[in-house]
Amino acid sequence: MRNASPAKTYALHISVIALLFALNFVLPDYHQGLFARIMALAVFAMGYNLLFGYVGLLSLGHAMFFSAGLYGAGLTVYHLGWGVPEAFVAGVACGALLALVIGLLALRTSGVAFMIVTMMFAQVFYLLILYFAAWTGGDQGLVIQQASRVIAIGGASFDLTDPTVRYMSALALFSIILLVTLAVVCSRFGRVLVAIRENEERTKMLGYDTVANKLTAVVASGAICAASGAAYALLFGYVGSSFASVQYSILPLLWVLLGGAATTLGPLIGTLFMYYVTDITSGFTSAYLLIVGVALILLVLFFPKGILGSIRERWLRWLP
Amino acid sequence: MADKNGFFDLSKMTLSRRTALKGMAAGAGLALAPGFVRYSQAQSSAPIRIGFQSHRTGIGAAYGRWYEKTSAAAVKAINDAGGIGGRKVELVIEDDGTDPARGAEVVNKFAKQHKTDIVFGTLFSHVVIGSAPAAGENKIPYFVVSEGHHVASTKLNRYVFQPGITDVKSQIQSMAPWIAANAGKKVTQIFPDFAFGYDHRDYLPPALKAQGADVIAQIAIPPTESSFTKYFPQIPAETEVIYHVMVGPAVLTFVKELGEFYGSQRPQLFGFIDSLEAVDINSPGLEFLDGSHFWEGSPRYAQPDDSAAQKAYRAAVGIDDNGAAVGDPKDVSTAAHMFGCWETLYVVKKAMEDAGYKGPEDRAKLVEATEALKEFAEGPEHPQGPKTFNGKIHQCFGIQNISKVEGGKLKVVHKTKLEDGLYEPEGDYTTQAL
Repeated sequence: MRNASPAKTYALHISVIALLFALNFVLPDYHQGLFARIMALAVFAMGYNLLFGYVGLLSLGHAMFFSAGLYGAGLTVYHLGWGVPEAFVAGVACGALLALVIGLLALRTSGVAFMIVTMMFAQVFYLLILYFAAWTGGDQGLVIQQASRVIAIGGASFDLTDPTVRYMSALALFSIILLVTLAVVCSRFGRVLVAIRENEERTKMLGYDTVANKLTAVVASGAICAASGAAYALLFGYVGSSFASVQYSILPLLWVLLGGAATTLGPLIGTLFMYYVTDITSGFTSAYLLIVGVALILLVLFFPKGILGSIRERWLRWLP
Repeated sequence: MADKNGFFDLSKMTLSRRTALKGMAAGAGLALAPGFVRYSQAQSSAPIRIGFQSHRTGIGAAYGRWYEKTSAAAVKAINDAGGIGGRKVELVIEDDGTDPARGAEVVNKFAKQHKTDIVFGTLFSHVVIGSAPAAGENKIPYFVVSEGHHVASTKLNRYVFQPGITDVKSQIQSMAPWIAANAGKKVTQIFPDFAFGYDHRDYLPPALKAQGADVIAQIAIPPTESSFTKYFPQIPAETEVIYHVMVGPAVLTFVKELGEFYGSQRPQLFGFIDSLEAVDINSPGLEFLDGSHFWEGSPRYAQPDDSAAQKAYRAAVGIDDNGAAVGDPKDVSTAAHMFGCWETLYVVKKAMEDAGYKGPEDRAKLVEATEALKEFAEGPEHPQGPKTFNGKIHQCFGIQNISKVEGGKLKVVHKTKLEDGLYEPEGDYTTQAL
């Protein structure tokens, strides 16, 4: 990030939020629903990006943080009859706590070992979901009934199954996380994270406690991913073990790489791109994953730093 | 009347762009009026569009392909006979990748983009459960062909139905009397350690108990396991029947290793054909299954006593006497399940005609008309056999087949009674608002 004026940066991010807000009123019904899902999952990608993009820690286990939020929120509604806000907080808390424990253990490693250790923990988490099928619904999962997905505030109630309420809820979460991420990235803490990514030894030598900083980043990343999972359960009404599978650890990596690692808006662009390529091409051929694969190869060839990363490198060097 | 404003004085008239456009628009409207009438007529005779949520890719692809073939054959038969309420039927297919998240998107796409009348055809339980909330929120009837107990459990919602295939709880319950009377009274279960296996784990012991038999051991095998020999010593020596429901590619290894473990002195074997759907029963390594028994929803192999309806159904779908695609003996069908697509589409036809279904505005009427259905007689529309339908739990009940592997074929040796599979309803969808 060079020559970044905070006003310009915040103006860009608020414009993106305003654009997404306006899209609610013009998008056709189907795309309105799809955008709500994309925004919820872009939060997952943003959480992943915080650790991968800014700290340089490649995790292959973030599905466990997403699903900790998913199950933390979903199971408290399903079994304990909690309301939506409490369940959401429970989901985020589960993700943060899990991230703290995993961080304490996994940060003893780095590089490829970190990748493998996180993947193994995620696999343990996935198998635990299957093992406790009596409570989690196992591989089939659970449905959160429509009646349970209503937020009552004072005399007003907001039904999360209503397309506009759902869209706005997803947008609210997305906006908060986007601005928080931006603030973190622009803060002193964010710069320390980038310093760790660039040269951990030198950062240590400068007097920073790199382990504490990395652990904070893991917890923040886990909590953001869990917020995405909790929102997903409450907005879309399904909690299932497939979200804890390795596929959902690879997807955020893909979204972030596509959009541009270490860019604040890259995760949204990557998620949007992947969703729409899949959605459009699956209408023409069952070999749509092949087309997605070709698109990815082309992107790697011509935009090796992802869409926004390459744009930043070539034209807009001030992008955060 | 004096023309004070010069309204009729053409020499004073000025024609603005807006006036001209209005005039042209009105003229065009009048000119097209007959066409508009034609369009209105076309709406009432427009095809009924059925969104088919297909497992074209992912773990369910083998099933998805045959579900598509069967559904296409049923739609052709329905259209050849005049369609539904005089309207042709059209399938709109979307691939869900056998993934619950994508499944929900596909249901949204059918409801909001393709604007299909209903959604239909899903098999895998996790996709059904993942998609059910989207069906309920869009208030679009969702007819699944899944055999899972999830619909009958009343944990989904009022828009989800399973009228064309029995559920696994009913199937297991129906097997118990035959197993106890013919195979043995001491049963050891081997099942995959996830939900499909848990249905068998939970429903078989009470069903056998009621028949005076017992499950003496339950061996759950982790889904990631690729070798099974180490589990076989857990099988009690007094076991008379091994009840196995392994699924996926591991089944070939499982059978081979079981054969190596027992040699020629083995207990009776009873399994669910789910393990071997789309797999040739004569594949190398499966020789050990000779003489064992399987549950089949509908028989894979043509039977000597097949009804005319069963023969017509097989011909329409394009499967030969061995249950493989006509002209390609290696392309083995998923015969035990796919009949459910055929039968479900005929249930949709009946319910739509009963409801006087005109379009999406009548979806609630369609739900109520489906719930009002009671019985489906055996015949061309229901070639697998007669069924009853419980509108409160949105689930049908029917007969099951028990087949013996004999000379490289599956021969039906017993057909259960419809009553064998009945159980007490666990809830009532009709109390939910539409």
